[in-house]
Amino acid sequence: MTLALAVDIGLTLLVLAVACWTLAVRDTFTSVIGFVAYGLLLALIWVRLAAPDVALTEAAMGSGLTGLLLLGAAARLQNAKNISAPPGLALRWVAGVLCALVSAGLAAMVLLLPDPAPTLAPAVVAHLPATGLGNPVTGVLLAYRAIDTLLEAVVLLPALLGVWSLAADRDWGGAPRLRYHRPDGALTLLAQVLPPFGIIVGIYLCWNGADQPGGAFQGGAVLAAMWALILTAGLAEAPPVSRRWLRWLLVAGSAVFLVIGLAGIGFADAFLAYPAGYAKPLILTIELVLTLSIAVALGLLIAGPPTRTPS
Amino acid sequence: MSIALGLFTIFAVVAGAFFFLAGTVGLLRFPDPLTRLHALTKADNLGLGLVVIGLLPQVAWPLGAIKLIAIWLIVLFAATTVSQLMARAARDGGPPV
Amino acid sequence: MISTTTLFGLSSVILVGLGLFGLIVNPQPLRKILAFNLLGSGVFLLFGVIARRGAGAGLNSDPVPQALVITGLVVAFAATALAVALLLRLFQETGQAITLDTEDPSIHAPARSNDP
Repeated sequence: MTLALAVDIGLTLLVLAVACWTLAVRDTFTSVIGFVAYGLLLALIWVRLAAPDVALTEAAMGSGLTGLLLLGAAARLQNAKNISAPPGLALRWVAGVLCALVSAGLAAMVLLLPDPAPTLAPAVVAHLPATGLGNPVTGVLLAYRAIDTLLEAVVLLPALLGVWSLAADRDWGGAPRLRYHRPDGALTLLAQVLPPFGIIVGIYLCWNGADQPGGAFQGGAVLAAMWALILTAGLAEAPPVSRRWLRWLLVAGSAVFLVIGLAGIGFADAFLAYPAGYAKPLILTIELVLTLSIAVALGLLIAGPPTRTPS
Repeated sequence: MSIALGLFTIFAVVAGAFFFLAGTVGLLRFPDPLTRLHALTKADNLGLGLVVIGLLPQVAWPLGAIKLIAIWLIVLFAATTVSQLMARAARDGGPPV
Repeated sequence: MISTTTLFGLSSVILVGLGLFGLIVNPQPLRKILAFNLLGSGVFLLFGVIARRGAGAGLNSDPVPQALVITGLVVAFAATALAVALLLRLFQETGQAITLDTEDPSIHAPARSNDP
């Protein structure tokens, strides 16, 4: 057994143990903290799978932002009574057996995966120079599968609309409130000192994403986290959701993406195609605007529906 | 020279890992939030510090080294704040830490 | 000897099973959301394993499934945010819970109060 494999086995056992603990532990608060730890360990597995881009996204989004969201919800639901009792022993056994069957079926498929594995890597490498990018994942996200990325940027907006529409009638158009902590010296200091560095890291991730691991989503997630930190510490208030500049900022990323995509019909013969020689500047333009829009959308998704009546 | 630096790296990282191990054991075994925080801060300060110092000779100078040191300082800063918040919550009888 | 991809592949399917079990068995809605995220991460990990198996042409793994996972993670976050907002609103509406604790006004403000 090689040393690397031993490390992988240890990592796997740790991740599975933390996952079990997260599901089994009684207290919801503790469970969410377990989930954050689980996400960070999972990011290590992504590194071991040669996927640093995904590892960054998992750490920032799957662990950090989701953890923040769930922690906030757990804090608000602390006094919630359970409406439904846990299912009986028989039902739990049936569910356990069925879930084990699902796992076994999937495991059989994992063991029977075709060898050699089908891959699109040669096609990506062959066409990457045309985009002027060095990071194949960014190339896939913004050139070959740009339609996925466009739809994904767009899908954040209906999700946000869904969250906003949960506001009480009188609060519609008001501002969300993220602060659920009293003003506190240590947190205020952190929220004053950390954001400048966080903003640099966010821009660096976005800018560097062209050639190295990183990109619009990772950068946007870091920027959103900094905004959420400032809001949580109460250093700034979230803007009312009826502000026009806010809405322009939210749609800017998808709009620029769409306009450049439509221009591709005229200049490059296909929707979302880039004219030869202009691919890299166009992709960077899309990424920069997209990062900003994603950051604002993610931050507002964390902040939740408006809870303050517009003045 | 490179062998000496390699040995230094191994020694420092192993020492750092030892502090992480000790901190984790303390987190699991100590009875109340404040002593657990005490154990955790040892892992953060000394453990991560030793790992960063150990890795410094292995990265490109100066950008890689600056990044490593920045990571160390930011983690220290965040950990300090979180410890403060948790200690205060524990003192005020907040949610179980 | 088991390979790294097989190892992670098997752990990903266990995560799917665990998440599914938690989703069915745990009665608390927030824990269901959490279990669903666990299930989703297992599916993403399976994508990662397939990407790693597709290494070739000088790349350590196939970038196409990786890009799909990044897209998926963002969409999963958006869905989680919507689910959490729905849950909080449900408790607020049905009165099954005090969603914002009003006992200690220094920590929480009531949701519907007018801000000065």
